[in-house]
Amino acid sequence: MTVKQISVFLENKPGYLFSMTKVLAEHKIDMRAFSLAETSDFGIARIIVDDVLTTAAVLREAGFVSSLTPVLAVSVPDVPGGLNQVLELLAADDINVEYMYAFLGAKHGSAYMVFRVADVARARASLTASGIRLLCQDELSEL
Amino acid sequence: MERYYQPDIETAPREQITAWQNERLTRQVRHVWEHVPYYRRLMEEKGLTPDDVQSVEDLHKLPFISKHDLRECYPYGMLAVPLKDCVRIHSTSGTTGKRVIAYYTQHDIDLWDDCCARAITAAGGTDEDVVQVAYGYGLFTGGAGLNGGSHKVGCLTVPISSGNTERQIMFMQDLKATILCCTPSYAAYLGESMKEMGLTPDQIPLKAGIFGAEAWSEEMRQSIQETLGIKAYDIYGLTETSGPGVAFECSAQNGMHINEDHFIAEIIDPDTGEVLPDGQEGELVFTAIDKEAFPLLRYRTRDICVLSHEPCPCGRTHVKMCKPRGRTDDMLIIRGVNVFPSQIETVLLNQGYPANYQIIVGRVNNTDTLEVQVEMTAEMFTDSMAEITDRQRRLVEGLRSMLGLTAKVSLVAPKSIARSEGKAKRVIDNRKL
Repeated sequence: MTVKQISVFLENKPGYLFSMTKVLAEHKIDMRAFSLAETSDFGIARIIVDDVLTTAAVLREAGFVSSLTPVLAVSVPDVPGGLNQVLELLAADDINVEYMYAFLGAKHGSAYMVFRVADVARARASLTASGIRLLCQDELSEL
Repeated sequence: MERYYQPDIETAPREQITAWQNERLTRQVRHVWEHVPYYRRLMEEKGLTPDDVQSVEDLHKLPFISKHDLRECYPYGMLAVPLKDCVRIHSTSGTTGKRVIAYYTQHDIDLWDDCCARAITAAGGTDEDVVQVAYGYGLFTGGAGLNGGSHKVGCLTVPISSGNTERQIMFMQDLKATILCCTPSYAAYLGESMKEMGLTPDQIPLKAGIFGAEAWSEEMRQSIQETLGIKAYDIYGLTETSGPGVAFECSAQNGMHINEDHFIAEIIDPDTGEVLPDGQEGELVFTAIDKEAFPLLRYRTRDICVLSHEPCPCGRTHVKMCKPRGRTDDMLIIRGVNVFPSQIETVLLNQGYPANYQIIVGRVNNTDTLEVQVEMTAEMFTDSMAEITDRQRRLVEGLRSMLGLTAKVSLVAPKSIARSEGKAKRVIDNRKL
């Protein structure tokens, strides 16, 4: 019940981000979610795609350095307090969120959050026990 | 009026200088032959004995000494007197087996101090002056050399050493320092700091500065002269030949007089070793003819430079050398510290980085900057920002302990470092020197 995120190393200079999106566009890769973390000289682009292996291969061929990271894709009720409810469960079990970012599905009124935690198994158990729905890789293409 | 510390020597006619050189060189060659087996072997390999050197005309026959020889001889191999006759050592800043230890007898210290005293006098120093020595003290020769010279002239010497900029400026104001001795980049930094504190040049009693141990441009001289309201003089030297004071600038400020009664300078073709005529650019070679403990004959400095025997308006008759125009090896001088790219490579490899790197040297506000760019690799990359920045921090630490300098470490995209003929260009020096 985890999703593989692709993290790509980018220099923090004009044009670097574009050079990556260009490769993805040329190969008609559809991004489900995207987040960018940066320092003054480099950044990490974190992307969620349907076909992880193809995307990783395409980026490698184009000379990018990337890695795969298991993350939790959580379906969050798109109502006030929706995210709060999820974070409360993680906090109660003393699970630290390293980073997270949101994305929207095309269908129905659901929002999704990507969570990166150190102990994926424990976080997954904590959330599913309380009825929170986690997406698996195959479900991404149906969103 | 031009003042000299030792007028009889500094303005001696050429014939007199040559006579001193002839006498001292022949004596020195015999001294080295008798006491330094390493150099004796080099001479024997060329079929030479001390009798083959009767005058300066014969100097070109002698073998060169390079930094490599000094490493081979570490630590006592070049010592030419019993150790008990030595009173001090100094050492170069090199850290990866490139360290050179220089020995001094009291006589060696005295002649070195005299050289520095000539430099201070040429910069207008007298026993009325307060000399703030902001070169580092310790193994580095800068502090000790100017300190000794300042004593000889009779100046009030402030041995403040380098660093602690606020205290430097406070002492300068409170003790009314008139002459500042330090690296040109530190002088520029002091000037900027004073400006930031709202001090104008006329609020600081400084009148002159003696700046060396690193390359600096004419533009930098102008800028330092303006911000500090002083005359800025260049000084040259290296640990292998004593330290600063081998050559110094006079009021003409266009080249440094080499103390020819103690050192003979030659310019050679760095590829063939042939001696080049006056005015031609080549590698500077020094022979110390009066030092006892560590008397290097024909030491190759790796500095590219030109000599001039043109008469100087200051009245000194000793030959002048231009500011060094570059190096024949890959050594960089950054903020007064000698840096070899191989040292940086050692740190990178020790920390598991690939040898794909580039060193970028620049100058911002007259202070040298050092940036080391490393290509990101798949092995090194992780999704964790904290892990990557931690790696960067460890590399900065490693470089600092190796070089004694703070470098900026940048992680760059794979294959982004330019390669020509498959080899990366390791060093980009953007300083306009």
